[in-house]
Amino acid sequence: MTIREKLLGMLPKGRHAVIGVPFFWMLLFFLLPFAIIIKISFAEADIAIPPYTSLTEWADSQLTVLLNFGNYVLLSEDQLYIAAYLGSLKIALISTVLCLLVGYPMAYAIARSSKQMQPVWLLLIMMPTWTALLIRVYAWMGILSNNGLLNNALLWLGVINEPLQILNTNIAVYIGIVYAYLPFMVLPLYANLVKHDLSLLEAASDLGAKGYTAFWKITVPLSKSGVIAGCMLVFIPVVGEFVIPELLGGPETLMIGKVLWQEFFNNRDWPVAASLAVIMLLILIIPIILFNRNQAGEMEGKA
Amino acid sequence: MKNFRFSRFMLIAGLLFIYLPMLILVIYSFNASRLVTVWGGWSTKWYAGLLDNTQLMNAVLRSLEIATYTAIAATALGTLAALVLTRVGRFRGRTLFGGMVTAPLVMPEVITGLSLLLLFVAMAQLIGWPMERGVITIWIAHTTFCTAYVSVVVSSRLREIDRSMEEAAMDLGAKPWKVFFLITVPMIAPSLAAGAMMSFALSLDDLVLASFVSGPGSTTLPMEIFSAVRMGVKPEINAVASLILLFISIATFLLWFFTRRAEESRKRAMAQIKEQERASQA
Repeated sequence: MTIREKLLGMLPKGRHAVIGVPFFWMLLFFLLPFAIIIKISFAEADIAIPPYTSLTEWADSQLTVLLNFGNYVLLSEDQLYIAAYLGSLKIALISTVLCLLVGYPMAYAIARSSKQMQPVWLLLIMMPTWTALLIRVYAWMGILSNNGLLNNALLWLGVINEPLQILNTNIAVYIGIVYAYLPFMVLPLYANLVKHDLSLLEAASDLGAKGYTAFWKITVPLSKSGVIAGCMLVFIPVVGEFVIPELLGGPETLMIGKVLWQEFFNNRDWPVAASLAVIMLLILIIPIILFNRNQAGEMEGKA
Repeated sequence: MKNFRFSRFMLIAGLLFIYLPMLILVIYSFNASRLVTVWGGWSTKWYAGLLDNTQLMNAVLRSLEIATYTAIAATALGTLAALVLTRVGRFRGRTLFGGMVTAPLVMPEVITGLSLLLLFVAMAQLIGWPMERGVITIWIAHTTFCTAYVSVVVSSRLREIDRSMEEAAMDLGAKPWKVFFLITVPMIAPSLAAGAMMSFALSLDDLVLASFVSGPGSTTLPMEIFSAVRMGVKPEINAVASLILLFISIATFLLWFFTRRAEESRKRAMAQIKEQERASQA
């Protein structure tokens, strides 16, 4: 065997390379960082570069491992952090329900429209998800502000006598989240609803179940996996949302994404930011696993 | 059906809800008045002023550069991942792989951003790379989460297509990579284009990841816009925002139009071949 052949033999073979390249990339840049974030969450903030202490120390033939639980103690004792976690969960839950209530009828209407119109409706739903979120949120700032378009219109119509404070309240945050995440609810629901066998509804109708009964007894249960996918695509990212509460929310809007951002960028306390992220991950791990299994089920079911 | 009329109404209302704010934003970018809420007549002065803003223009160029690299890398990686998920059978770590590919779709960006930054810092300490955070680190961050989107789009397409062509080519002795490039790629081309376009747009739009992993002097367009927006609504930002909306809408529409046309002509060609086969058999 020549050296060249030996070297070639060491290169991964077709199948292994196809699996290996994306596997290694995701392992290095997605999974490994979580291990590091857990490690840093046990460090102490320090005035240095990088701004945290090292966990291990080698001195006098002794390896000292110093785990600092102070960050977690701080998180469990400070009311601000607990309120921020609860606030995030509450806002995420309410906005997911709102998205479902608005998005389900939309997805249903698209799935039942003519074959020629379906791609057009879908494009109209998809297009905003490809345009800058920041800009779409910013557009609402101009509409909702005290002397903005909405207040001016309501004043002109005589519905209200003085401007309503909408911007910098939780109402604005809900509007922004529903607005930004609605397409992520509609698309998986549509993908599910369009696959339904309409003969089931015909059979139900022949047997006397019409309209609402058939809808609640057949369509809704069949769309379960679409509902799960849509709700998870909204709920999980919203828990950590930063841009929308920052721009549309006010002092009453306590969300963990915003707190983490402030700890990191304003207080430059990396370890506390890391432990905030670890706790958030622990809260979200069950919904994420649920989402992954639902997604895997979809993939294998169709294969 | 009563049910149906209600859902139709919701669809129209929902689309209005989605598009009206953007329309208002574009209209107000032509407002002559500096006060964003008062209409002062039509004007294009905010657009003219943009060209003189070199800081903003540099950020635009940097963002476009990163978005281009991201679209290329994420499409390649995402297609490989989709192939693994749909064509390669069982292997050790498949569940882990599936999880790693789909999890970035829902992972809050603050977590991904912070964890990637900590990884880069640890790597710089250990192996001395990356010494400076900037375009490369932002590109890595964007590629990682865009790969997830591409693999979802491409794998749904890979499951749809008729596998008999691939199998026939394999039976005739074509190597797997040849089958992939000559048979599979043309059939999944629309989804590759959609995936690349989506990655480009997502990268151009991302604020959170870029803020965490960028270094001094590598401000991207969303970071530039965000720091301006924090101070309130400004007419210049309305103009930039309108240009971005216009750019992405045109690109999306063109992509949609051409893939649809290509798809239709492919279907027609397939139908024709089947027709000929039937004719020759008769």
